[in-house]
Amino acid sequence: MGKNHPNVDPYVVSRVRALESLLLEKGILAPDAVDRVIQRYESDTGPMVGARAVARAWTDPAYKRLLLDDPRAALARLDLDYAMLMVVENTDAVHNLVVCTLCSCYPWPVLGLPPTWYKMPAYRSRAVSEPRALLHEMGLAVDPRREIRVWDSSAEMRYMVLPQRPAATAGLGEAELIPWITRDALIGVAEVRPPAPVAR
Amino acid sequence: MEVESPGMDGVHDLGGMQGFGPVEREENEPVFHAAWEAAVLAMQRAGGGRGLYNIDEFRHSIERMAPAHYLRATYYEKWLDGVTRLLLEKGVVDAGELAARRAFFEARPDAPATEPLTAPLPARPPANARWAQDVIREAATAPRFAPGDPVRTREMHPHGHTRLPRYARGKRGVIHRCHGIHVFPDSHAHGAGEQPQPLYSVRFDARELWGESAEPNQVVHIDLWESYLLPGR
Repeated sequence: MGKNHPNVDPYVVSRVRALESLLLEKGILAPDAVDRVIQRYESDTGPMVGARAVARAWTDPAYKRLLLDDPRAALARLDLDYAMLMVVENTDAVHNLVVCTLCSCYPWPVLGLPPTWYKMPAYRSRAVSEPRALLHEMGLAVDPRREIRVWDSSAEMRYMVLPQRPAATAGLGEAELIPWITRDALIGVAEVRPPAPVAR
Repeated sequence: MEVESPGMDGVHDLGGMQGFGPVEREENEPVFHAAWEAAVLAMQRAGGGRGLYNIDEFRHSIERMAPAHYLRATYYEKWLDGVTRLLLEKGVVDAGELAARRAFFEARPDAPATEPLTAPLPARPPANARWAQDVIREAATAPRFAPGDPVRTREMHPHGHTRLPRYARGKRGVIHRCHGIHVFPDSHAHGAGEQPQPLYSVRFDARELWGESAEPNQVVHIDLWESYLLPGR
């Protein structure tokens, strides 16, 4: 599994179960809390809310303005009450990148749980000091004329990138655009590419 | 047992460090790699949602991990360590009962978490799901800085929790916007109250942060509390 999964403590499961058992007994952990966490993050969130917001912004200029100026109001239209999001727009002049160097802050309500690499030292250390080289290694060559604007999530504000709409999506509607919009594009480590064909 | 760090300039403060190798991306990564990860997340939220600790105490608890352990541990191991330390410190869980429960599950790794329980589970109202997001307060005073104002960050090395990253200390930047009045983590993590103050997005040119090693055409925005900042130029 590589460096992302270094030497999981062989006793971690018993340490978890011991604490879980005590917190159940004390009434701190509800008996269904673990199942609800799994349901919520495996099924109910994912990057879908963020992708829906971007797809709507690409097809509705007024919604795009709202998403950039008042993200809470824009997300409310997608039935999400979330006050802490800032949306930063990629343009021909600027490429945005999101990181949390101090821990792993990430906009869970719009993107789901962060991928492991986002939480590991390799990404957190270099995203602020050599983002262009890092993105290049991750497969994204950013034109040297574009400014790279890194957002270090050091407080409770959370950041999501509004990627550029590719020319190849001309004519597509909001629902057809959603599969193009990946989590990585919303973090800023990828551009929007044609979606992988659905496996049959 | 590794000696825990007092939580000063810690290894968690990773911005600008080198030598961790390439970013490794896992194709089709599952949301959880094992069920115990979800249990850790559920426990972290339950403890916070019942007011047993706040988000800043939780972050500081993880920062107090021994540095080598921090770098070796997976994300949810860090969270387990952070939650466990807080629950022990606050007397919610007793070290003796935890050790006994661990011994039980080390001997019976496949036993369900409910097996050692002898009494019916107590009922409690649901925990507050928004405990970690509730950080914005009413303004008591006007923000000292306005967008466009030059500022300089304080050159400080506190012996506790802070959200001013090491790479951005003693650096000149420009106020981009004010996010309103936010609870101050440096006090909130240490039982010293919320001490809310203005939070700003501050823009730094990469050359100010990294000198001659900076990549061209790069800026970093960092969200910083007012007391981290001095008037600039």
